[in-house]
Amino acid sequence: MIETQPNRVMYGRTLVELGEADERVVVFEADIAKSTNTYRFQQRFPHRFFQAGVAELNMVCMAAGAASAGLIPFASTFCVFASMRACEGIRTSIAYPRLNVKIVATNAGVEIAGDGVTHQGIEDIAIMRAIPNLTVLSPSDPVTTRLATLAIARMEGPVYMRLGRQPAPVLHGENVEFVIGRMIPLREGQDVTVIATGNMVQEALGAADALSAEGISVRVLDCHTIKPIDEEAIVRAARETRAIITAEDHNIVGGLGGAVSEVVAERHPCRVFRVGLRDVFASSGRDSRRLLAHYQIHAEAIAAAARRALLA
Amino acid sequence: MRISREQIAFLTATAARLRKNIIRMILKAGSGHPGGSLSAIDIITYLYFHHMRIDPAHPGWPDRDRFILSKGHCAPALYAALAARGYFPEELLWTLRDIGSLLQGHPDMRKTPGVDITTGSLGQGFACATGIALGGRILHKDFRVFVMVGDGEIQEGVVWEAAMAAAHYGLDNLVAIVDNNRLQTDGRTSEIMAVEPIEQKWTAFGWDAQRINGHDIEKIDDAFQQARTCRGRPQVIVADTVKGKGIPAIEDDPAWHSLPATAAELEQFLADAPREVFE
Ligand SMILES: Cc1ncc(C[n+]2csc(CCOP(=O)(O)OP(=O)(O)O)c2C)c(N)n1
Ligand SMILES: [Mg+2]
Repeated sequence: MIETQPNRVMYGRTLVELGEADERVVVFEADIAKSTNTYRFQQRFPHRFFQAGVAELNMVCMAAGAASAGLIPFASTFCVFASMRACEGIRTSIAYPRLNVKIVATNAGVEIAGDGVTHQGIEDIAIMRAIPNLTVLSPSDPVTTRLATLAIARMEGPVYMRLGRQPAPVLHGENVEFVIGRMIPLREGQDVTVIATGNMVQEALGAADALSAEGISVRVLDCHTIKPIDEEAIVRAARETRAIITAEDHNIVGGLGGAVSEVVAERHPCRVFRVGLRDVFASSGRDSRRLLAHYQIHAEAIAAAARRALLA
Repeated sequence: MRISREQIAFLTATAARLRKNIIRMILKAGSGHPGGSLSAIDIITYLYFHHMRIDPAHPGWPDRDRFILSKGHCAPALYAALAARGYFPEELLWTLRDIGSLLQGHPDMRKTPGVDITTGSLGQGFACATGIALGGRILHKDFRVFVMVGDGEIQEGVVWEAAMAAAHYGLDNLVAIVDNNRLQTDGRTSEIMAVEPIEQKWTAFGWDAQRINGHDIEKIDDAFQQARTCRGRPQVIVADTVKGKGIPAIEDDPAWHSLPATAAELEQFLADAPREVFE
């Protein structure tokens, strides 16, 4: 049975599973294997694990080369360094030639707290989803993290997946149907829809509980795939409920909120309220939950946005 | 002029006090990087209490010498030195990493008095330091720029791009220190991505290199005095150090790069550490 654990831990465990199944799977790392959890693969398959050292751009470009040679490389570091230090390598050496590299980046969002701005990945969704050919994932819980890791290994083509650092509770049944590009409904509802990603899915459920006690019926969608975004689920939400709330541990500029807004603006205009980091650099914090609450990235903020949406 | 016995004794005692503050602030914060802070603190103490031309009452003084902690995760070492030097009250140390604190997890030049450049993404601080040295040259200023990098950090390509630029522009107002504690996050630098021979790399890039014991104040003084007299080329001091220096139970142990979950032990280790290191 899958239990509460950080999604990065489930990623590391699933890498071992993949390594057993397919010897073309190799792993590249940039000196934070203990944190990204690729060390689990290293222990099991030391000869298929490659340290780039503190050199993220080199790491993703080496992975690109390895993919062109016929391997299935996974490359891991923190979201900040993958999406920004190594950004152009991902774009030009991986996405453009559609090489089969899986970038799996951990320590998403302000949730990491203590290290502060330099380590809080708050722009990676926006940056990565602007790159053509790249599939962008952001699973919420250990069950879908495992399924996502298996799914991206099966598919041919470049992927960026972001994972959180803190423990994530199990939100999905182990036989949940996981399809890249299709949101998973967690609650049915008619009044408003919350489309959430990553650690905010759990918060969306908390908000839905609070709102249902007030007689507000909330649809909750787990948006584990940022790109390609599930346009049909968004259009249905826009049509069938009165407003959409997006929730992400990410800047509200260009992230999930941006992606959802683009779809409704073009296909079925409706009000969209974005919950996330409001275009500022966050502080360090000693406690993850307190820091998220400080920036209004939590269940209460989602519920407040829903109430505002229904008044509007 | 060579450093005196009294000055050495003073710097040794100061570094000991700062070591204690480093550990206490990391414990208070609940996370942080003790290992590399302790390996760096002797040189940082020497620079702030003996070598650099600074005025803590005027942290923005344009003619001050600069210190850039490019291995920004070792912020506790810098903060401990800045507080002891009077840039801000020591009480602030106990707010490390708290929401809204002036002391962020990594150095923030817009928040902390005395921090010259925002760092924490390895490699960038070093290139920024090169830019400051270039700026000093263009503005005909005589301040000097000291920048500390880690032995893991020099694996970043940008370090070598900037090293090439510093030599190209003949920046003899720039002194780099490699805190060569031979460990990085995932283990021994020699096993993760070998960086030796370090001095030869720098000299091949056009720098003058010295190699010293980074915990020996007299050797540290010799090296910085020597670097001061050199002309026409940037200077690098490769300092052989011990990660976790001062707390035998964590010395040279990669597990103490950052604070492990078993942090409570650290309190005990601190109590057990040899008196001469901390008194
Ligand atoms: C660009 C970048 N990549 C990765 C990290 C994460 N990280 C923090 S410290 C560290 C290892 C640094 O080793 P070293 O430079 O030897 O520092 P020290 O041993 O002095 O702590 C890494 C990889 C980072 N801060 N910046
Ligand atoms: Mg080191």
